[in-house]
Amino acid sequence: MRWLLAKDLRILWRSPLTTGVLIVYPVVVALLIGFALSRGSEKPTIAVLNQVPADQRLQIGDQDLGSLLSHDQLSRRVHTVAVSSRAEAKRKVRDGDALAALIVPADAVTKATSEVDQSEIELFVNEEDPVKGRLVDDSISSVVADENRRVSRALVKNNLQYLELLLKGGTVNVLGNRFTVLGLRRIGAITRAARRSLPPHAPVRRQLDQVIRFNDLAQQNFGVGGKALSAVSEPIKIRKHVLTGARVPLSSFAAAVAVTISLMFVTVLLAAGSLALERTENAFSRLVRGPVSRTGLLAEKIVLAAGVALVVTLLMVVVLGGFVTLEWGRFPLWLVALVVAGLAFAALGTALGAIAREISSASLLAFAMLLPLVFCALVPSGVVSPLLYDLTRGVSAAFPFKPALQSIDAAFYGDGGLFGPLVHLAGLACAFAAVARVAVRRMA
Amino acid sequence: MLEAVEVRKSYGGREALKGVSFQVGRGELVACIGPNGAGKTTLLTILAAVQPADSGTVTAHGRVGWVPQQPALYAKLSVAENLRLFARLERVPDVEEAVGRMLAQADLADRADEQVKRLSGGNRQRVNVAIGLVSSPPVLLLDEPSTALDPRQRERLWDFVGTLAAEGKSVVYSTHVVSEAERHADRVVVLADGEQLFSGTPAELAEAVPYASDSFERAFVSFLEQQGH
Repeated sequence: MRWLLAKDLRILWRSPLTTGVLIVYPVVVALLIGFALSRGSEKPTIAVLNQVPADQRLQIGDQDLGSLLSHDQLSRRVHTVAVSSRAEAKRKVRDGDALAALIVPADAVTKATSEVDQSEIELFVNEEDPVKGRLVDDSISSVVADENRRVSRALVKNNLQYLELLLKGGTVNVLGNRFTVLGLRRIGAITRAARRSLPPHAPVRRQLDQVIRFNDLAQQNFGVGGKALSAVSEPIKIRKHVLTGARVPLSSFAAAVAVTISLMFVTVLLAAGSLALERTENAFSRLVRGPVSRTGLLAEKIVLAAGVALVVTLLMVVVLGGFVTLEWGRFPLWLVALVVAGLAFAALGTALGAIAREISSASLLAFAMLLPLVFCALVPSGVVSPLLYDLTRGVSAAFPFKPALQSIDAAFYGDGGLFGPLVHLAGLACAFAAVARVAVRRMA
Repeated sequence: MLEAVEVRKSYGGREALKGVSFQVGRGELVACIGPNGAGKTTLLTILAAVQPADSGTVTAHGRVGWVPQQPALYAKLSVAENLRLFARLERVPDVEEAVGRMLAQADLADRADEQVKRLSGGNRQRVNVAIGLVSSPPVLLLDEPSTALDPRQRERLWDFVGTLAAEGKSVVYSTHVVSEAERHADRVVVLADGEQLFSGTPAELAEAVPYASDSFERAFVSFLEQQGH
């Protein structure tokens, strides 16, 4: 086997174009997919023109909320680009430097804290691409919702203080004048004392009883008023529970997808191509008549493809490490996942090569089969009908991409178990190797 | 050195070989001739163990060298690298000696380091034959070796094959150029539609035709017609 391996590596080395197509192209595609997923959907770039005076802060009662739509708040949802005029903001959107422009008017803070007016911010978007438009809408809506919630909580808190004052009494400062408020509780105590001091049949006693009942009722309702105000300010609250999968950052998941796609394309194309090459070069019949068994030849192609793909993928992982967080302490697990996934992909590649029997047909067949596999594996539940979703799950389970993605995700980020996907991959590797062994009988 | 007994092979419902039997002695040159689709390549691939027969036996004394019709070479490897690879795969004891010997025999020593893709068709066929001989097999099988060669290259090839037979190697080759069989075979095996029609010397084949013929090729065609093909 080693002489065949050395021969294939030498041929690969002397075929820079083929090597480029087989290795560089999938790696570049995988990187592009990875970054499109990790950067594109998480934080769109927004041009921001904030016309609120720099020293004006959101002040509600004695609460200082800081700036309205500050850079820190926006940065949690979007990448911001500061601009100095409306014209510049619009130009950034038109030129594609930003997906949208956000204009915060000078009176935004005054109106937001007035409890009478609504503050309005302007958003300029480029709707040429509906996907990008939706992305901007979602991101800005989230930012504004966060800000509304912050202001609304402060307003509620302020109003609750007034309620507390009416209930318990105390002093209040209005426009520089200090007032004393008696409070419902003290009014209740005073009226009860007054009632006791009256003769039993005094006519005014009945009227005092009415005042006491009203006061008791008012105190009870003011007690629940605080809760009611909080509920009105945020009637629906989300409490998130993760049932399946783990909360892996999108960029990390994208890295796992990119690594898996790269591994798959390199391995399958190399295995299919190198096996088909033996027939294209007419060497197949010369090899399998004695020097090498058909099983031995398949094993050599599987080892070759999995080995080369492992090297290429590790190289890609090193490059990815510059962009996403990688836990290098898990390196042994990476190796296990990449090797087992590589062997399964290589077995699939040899099956395709043996069925196609010719290099260009094998490559075409591989591309035609692999791309739908990726889409099937990435279809999330709930976006297609249950029947179609079950179908995509079935297809994904019959090929190595999805279990490879699961094992790589588990090995790289500890997302889910590693053992199950590895066993799944090992089973698929055996199954596709058996298919290849049957198909290779027709190759001579 | 090589014996085939009642070899049969079918592809689907079609019988490609219908019980072929013959023997090849030491230093003997045997030509397998017949029209296109007669089963010549099927017979040779079974003798070479490229594919199994459905029934019948093939017995070879020693290794069998195999030279397929299309040069079975790696275009991106040099002449010497191709020879070295197959010598290693055939587990030849002294690989470098075998490579040097075959380069000399094929008269390709000066092009040893040249990639095969840069060679002419004739030179590729010489490398193809050299690979079949790299393990010094006592029996050599060649499937239509002169196809795609010009007349001069064909002459050189047959001279080379004649030398091998003179050295004691048994050679079986297929050809549809009947005149080559007349000139370069001790015996001919005639196949048509998978059926073995004749096994004997070229002269015996010519005599098998009831009327005189001025050429071996015409006698061969008449023989086929006489046999109903």
